[in-house]
Amino acid sequence: MKVTFPIMGNSYIAFKQMLEDLGHEAIVPPMPSARTMTLGTAHSPEFACIPFKILMGTYLEAIEKGAELIITSGGHGPCRAGYYGVLHQKIIEELGYNTKVMVFDSINMGFKEFISNLNYLLNSGKSSWWRLIKVYKAIWDKLMALDEIEILSHQIRPYEIEKGRTSKTYDSCLEVMDQAKTKSQIAEAKEACFGLLNEISQDVSRKPLKIGIVGEIYVQIEPYANLDIQATLGEMGVYSKRGIHLSEWWKETTHQTNNEEEAIKAAKPYLDQMIGGHGILSVGETILHSSHGYDGVIQLAPFSCIPEIVAKGILTQVSRDYGIPVLTIFLDEQTGKAGMETRLEAFIDLLYQRRQKRLEGAVS
Amino acid sequence: MKAYLGVDVGSVSTNLVIMDENEEIIEEMYLRTQGQPVRAVQSGLKMLGEKLGQKITIAGVGVTGSARSLTAVLVGADAIKNEITAHAVAVSKMVPGAQTILEIGGQDSKIIIMRDGIVIDFAMNTVCAAGTGSFLDHQADRLLIPIEKFGDLALKAKNPVRIAGRCAVFAESDMIHKQQLGHSTEDIVAGLCEALVRNYLNNVGKGKEILGPIVFQGGVAANVGIRDAFEKAFNQELIIPKHYNVMGAIGCCLLAREATRNKPTSFKGWKAAEYDFRPTSFECKGCPNLCEIIQIHENDVLVARWGDRCGKWSNISVKVG
Repeated sequence: MKVTFPIMGNSYIAFKQMLEDLGHEAIVPPMPSARTMTLGTAHSPEFACIPFKILMGTYLEAIEKGAELIITSGGHGPCRAGYYGVLHQKIIEELGYNTKVMVFDSINMGFKEFISNLNYLLNSGKSSWWRLIKVYKAIWDKLMALDEIEILSHQIRPYEIEKGRTSKTYDSCLEVMDQAKTKSQIAEAKEACFGLLNEISQDVSRKPLKIGIVGEIYVQIEPYANLDIQATLGEMGVYSKRGIHLSEWWKETTHQTNNEEEAIKAAKPYLDQMIGGHGILSVGETILHSSHGYDGVIQLAPFSCIPEIVAKGILTQVSRDYGIPVLTIFLDEQTGKAGMETRLEAFIDLLYQRRQKRLEGAVS
Repeated sequence: MKAYLGVDVGSVSTNLVIMDENEEIIEEMYLRTQGQPVRAVQSGLKMLGEKLGQKITIAGVGVTGSARSLTAVLVGADAIKNEITAHAVAVSKMVPGAQTILEIGGQDSKIIIMRDGIVIDFAMNTVCAAGTGSFLDHQADRLLIPIEKFGDLALKAKNPVRIAGRCAVFAESDMIHKQQLGHSTEDIVAGLCEALVRNYLNNVGKGKEILGPIVFQGGVAANVGIRDAFEKAFNQELIIPKHYNVMGAIGCCLLAREATRNKPTSFKGWKAAEYDFRPTSFECKGCPNLCEIIQIHENDVLVARWGDRCGKWSNISVKVG
């Protein structure tokens, strides 16, 4: 079967292989572009948030390439994203396509459905559960390696001497990773990519600011949705760490780690219940970033996202109590980068001045 | 005499300031951008050059505003800074001790919170232009009141009407409704001022710790109606600096002085006003993003290029083919 999935950062490389290894033809949608956005907004409710619109456009572009099945993930608590699969399906039907949307919700939200979805995927690809276990192990390694490579790129970029070199190297790393299929190839490719990135000539005398990025998952992960904020910050000489990477999200969903719990615990004095999406994590992670010595936090929120709006209100107080500056950026259809650059520049100036002052204070 | 040039090119106005080494403002100029930043900057440069060219030597140039990258190419800038930093730098010199800056310009409005001379928080409007000068301009036009008289009229109001301020479209329909009900023009104008201030505080100023002394600047600071509405909202007087509408450019002069402490200026000279700057553009078809690439030619030589998401064209040695 021709199967597709949403584009979220570099994860398409792992998902593509997973579908192929399970006996399907993977349809990798084009990277989100102005065309995706145009298609997406034309066929979405005006008040839907930007992740919905980009996904809508991505699905339609994948359907043009022949996709018969779309695999996606569900929402998180009381957030509209939980209904997105259903709504996307309805819009796709109304446009006259037979393509089906299959939503994988967290396994504890519906064990039966999760299993029956998997069964369908395996049967239609003529794969067995045994095969799945084998494939899963390799894919899991690949997903983690992709995240580790991306994280390393964000660590190196602020030190790069030739502006843009890290981004170029990172792009070639993705090609290397795409070629690696078996567990051992993946391990080798990862080492090779680490080597490529570490070879970039760096000015280690720099003292980059550290910024934590929190907010809604899709706009955090997909560079098209956030105007490539992490690379932009990196090229401005700032190290940034975002709250969520897909491999981490998967570890959380399958209870291999409990970083989320830690963030939820940290948020508790301010917010003691789930408000949907990643709202509570935005609050908790800001507190954790502050105690881990970050200079500031940037909250990324899709315009009109209720969980993030609630979090923004609370972050005002958190920012004051913990003395950590927070900049909220609402993301929508805009493609002009100038507005965001102005805010980032001003925010960075603010953080440098604060740091300067702290250092002077320490001396005197 | 050594002097510094600051240029702030915004959507509505282009401001130029010449400051001497003792931080005295020798000349300030407030021009309309009218959608043509190149022409606005060049005509400002020309006027300044004719007036002061013999008397002063430019030792540094700073640029800010939404057209700062373009302006930097036109004049040859030593400091290129965002508007928040430029405004804050100017205020910390001109109004020492200020803790809050309200800045309302043509298309954007911002709030800057300062403590001990440094910026600790800021916000810019994102949602809509309802809290800005353009909105007032437009409504004054509709009421057939010259914008200069708008503020004085507002002060004459006895019972300002309540006008929805959330969005320019809502405000406009609400205002028309109030006119049709027979409210006096003064009351409507005062209501508009209050609506703008309410909108600003709920939107840009939301969650900010606004402490005095409060400085009010930007083109809208000339409007006594708005000033009055702010003073009522805060229950304290606002400080309006002498050069309230060119503070961004003043900040640029100060930043230019800082940037040229150990190096000569990149200023292209007054003759840059006569250069033939020609912007051209083309659509890159390298990927589905179809980026709109802008190229700036100075006397037929390509001097700058931007607009690409991937950075392929920003390197000006790349040939367009």
